[in-house]
Amino acid sequence: MSDLNAFRAEVRDWMNANLTGKFAELKFRGGSGEGDALPDLRKEWEQELARGRWTCPGWPAEHGGRGLSVAEQVVFQEEYSRAGGPGRMGHIGEGLMGPTLIAFGTEDQKKRFLPGILNGTEFWCQGYSEPSAGSDFGNIKTRAKQDPETGDWLVSGQKVWTSLAHLSDWIFVVARCEEGSVGRNGLIFLLMQLAQPGVEIHPIKQIGGGSEFNSVFFDGARAKAEDVVGQPGDGWRIAMALLGFERGISTLGQQMGFQQELDLIVEIAKENGADRSPAIRQRVARAWIGLRAMRYLAMRALSDEPSTETRREGLAYKYHWSNWHRDLGRLAMDVLGMDGNVVSEYPRRERLQQMFLFARADTIYGGTNEIQLNIIAEQGLGMPREPRGKL
Amino acid sequence: MILEFTPDQQMIREEAERFLREQSSSQAIRRVVDTGSTHDVELWTSISRDLGWCAMAIPEEFGGLGLGATEVAILMELAGSRLACVPFWSTVCLAAPLIESAGSDEAKATYLGAIAAGEMAVTVAYADLSAADPSATVAVQAARTPNGYRLDGTVGQVVDLAVADMVIVPARLEDGATALFALPSSGGQVVTSLSVIDGTRPIASLELPGLEVAAECRIDSGAVTGDQFAKALRFANLGLAAEQIGAAQGAFDMTLAYISERVQFGRTIASFQAIKHRCAKLAVDIAEARSLVFGAAAAMGQADAGESALEICGARVVASELQFLAAEEAIQLHGGVGFTWEYDPHLYFKRAQASAALLGSCEAHMDKIAAAMFGDGGRP
Ligand SMILES: Cc1cc2nc3c(=O)[nH]c(=O)nc-3n(C[C@H](O)[C@H](O)[C@H](O)COP(=O)(O)OP(=O)(O)OC[C@H]3O[C@@H](n4cnc5c(N)ncnc54)[C@H](O)[C@@H]3O)c2cc1C
Repeated sequence: MSDLNAFRAEVRDWMNANLTGKFAELKFRGGSGEGDALPDLRKEWEQELARGRWTCPGWPAEHGGRGLSVAEQVVFQEEYSRAGGPGRMGHIGEGLMGPTLIAFGTEDQKKRFLPGILNGTEFWCQGYSEPSAGSDFGNIKTRAKQDPETGDWLVSGQKVWTSLAHLSDWIFVVARCEEGSVGRNGLIFLLMQLAQPGVEIHPIKQIGGGSEFNSVFFDGARAKAEDVVGQPGDGWRIAMALLGFERGISTLGQQMGFQQELDLIVEIAKENGADRSPAIRQRVARAWIGLRAMRYLAMRALSDEPSTETRREGLAYKYHWSNWHRDLGRLAMDVLGMDGNVVSEYPRRERLQQMFLFARADTIYGGTNEIQLNIIAEQGLGMPREPRGKL
Repeated sequence: MILEFTPDQQMIREEAERFLREQSSSQAIRRVVDTGSTHDVELWTSISRDLGWCAMAIPEEFGGLGLGATEVAILMELAGSRLACVPFWSTVCLAAPLIESAGSDEAKATYLGAIAAGEMAVTVAYADLSAADPSATVAVQAARTPNGYRLDGTVGQVVDLAVADMVIVPARLEDGATALFALPSSGGQVVTSLSVIDGTRPIASLELPGLEVAAECRIDSGAVTGDQFAKALRFANLGLAAEQIGAAQGAFDMTLAYISERVQFGRTIASFQAIKHRCAKLAVDIAEARSLVFGAAAAMGQADAGESALEICGARVVASELQFLAAEEAIQLHGGVGFTWEYDPHLYFKRAQASAALLGSCEAHMDKIAAAMFGDGGRP
């Protein structure tokens, strides 16, 4: 425990010493609803983190990480958020792509791609969803055809809702490589450079007015032969494994942000008199309870030897936090009252307004509410699977 | 940072689960409920004497095992899941912590020792057990007499009173201080069992019509302070919350088993998405409540008392909400049979309502949390 306290102090000191000067502007920025804020400076910040060896601290040392324990990673996330560390531009590379390459990548792929992630110089985005493949992710239509001469893969089709594609260098794409295959079969997991002929990125304006996500169109764009992860046809397995690497450690940092939002709501309610309403007081208390429970829920889910209960609880986690956050958005606006409707530069208010709007996405991305409930029922409770239709 | 049971705690849990599955069956509960008995005598003997559950959290110096809130919460959860008809909560969570926090050295040695040895069921006659702070009011007056005290007053509802070998009575002295009196079941007080809807937890009224008691009956170490009561009540609330989530899980398990057998429209009703989603939602609520209960249990004694108290208030809120939801879903998803006496959902449903009424409503607990968050002592 005392080691952990020393480690906590180390992270805190580093953040205090480095999130200053030009980076001070980044404090508390780039979170929910403004993933595209101050992108250049936030990329520079990633390189600053890299200099302190704070990118990818959970990766094993042999791949350039610090090999931190789960408990240390949690501490890092908490202190990072507490200090106001900005939303991480490198999140997809660090949390999803890197671990996938470490587990399934070739030596050559690791050598070519891990350093860019570690150094904060190459940014990744996730090309899973398509217009006809949302919740039903197996229904992928994007095609990959092998060029017999080079062995490269030529990709055509459309990805959608691709977060930060316009600010990324690389995209991992799940595409159909076997003609006539359906569902989970015949898929391939490809690493593709975005800056190439045959790739077009169109921003999509979202609910809060910003454009964090995009449509990405492929028209004969190229993935190098050596940039297939796993075997052609094995894409589903790799794609699923990638989603499994997110163990929820970063969510403990996310909870720090939630706490800040709740604190802000309390502060504003005291100022504007909303704290006189018994109903508002009860909702504020209920939010505090939910957040406490969320913290312990995450801590139980991090156990290495889950029991039946903790495994079920792990499945419930996403549903719990996303719905809690959505409710918090509504509470924030109810506390603001009519002021909530007025757009202003007033930063505290703007943060809550953006949160109110963005939280609607929390129950959609990463598996919608309904899909989460299906997963909990089927995998957690052993209830019958959903039948598939024929359309 | 990572919250998990130790191997010892895991073992306690598994063994208790196995034991209760066999010993606190539906038939066993019904023997108590249908005959209006106060408790399952055999089960209580096994739990208190043979298995030593009552010794779990009592300090070693008094003959206990010196384990903590987590172990008790584990047992309370399992007892709740089987609606075990025993005075376990009142003895271990309500009475023992009060003796430990406010009792004299002698009282601790005598009574904690007897509880740990499984020789005694004990309850506490708080004036108003439905209040978030039941120690705030006192219903019994104590006047000094040449040989001891004369106790006067009535307490409307005391849980497990008719089972208990001893009842602890908080009473107001002439100088306004609060003292604790321990009365054996043969002490001359008038105990009247009440006919209650939730037949799994007996309740009786207590009348003290100018009862003369010896000076030795007084067991506190000097006037009892608010902090001493509060400390004991934190434990009582935590234990109750654990019991409540257990009861929710018990009702849920029963429901899952039923819906995976029952066939309508050519398929099990568990295959309908509407039903899957309701069950999954319940699983989410169970995850929330159980995490908070065991998180609060682990933090108890480590976090500062104020913080810990709020977590326990929170645990009661989620546990009460959850227990009711699990019980009402049990009735609804059982259909017509869920409305019968023969099937078990009604036992869980009645227990849910009765438990939620103990030691503070959800609203009262949330008021406390809000007062702490706004730092205004409860403004409106
Ligand atoms: C902010 C944001 C960022 C995103 N970023 C990315 C990204 O970077 N990369 C990426 O690949 N994707 C991304 N996504 C896409 C996201 O994963 C999908 O939106 C999501 O999987 C849902 O798919 P859909 O939008 O097609 O909705 P649909 O699947 O069409 O769902 C519509 C509604 O139908 C319900 N529904 C669907 N199937 C069932 C069922 N079997 N049972 C019951 N109800 C059902 C859903 O729950 C939902 O309510 C992002 C989405 C958002 C909102």
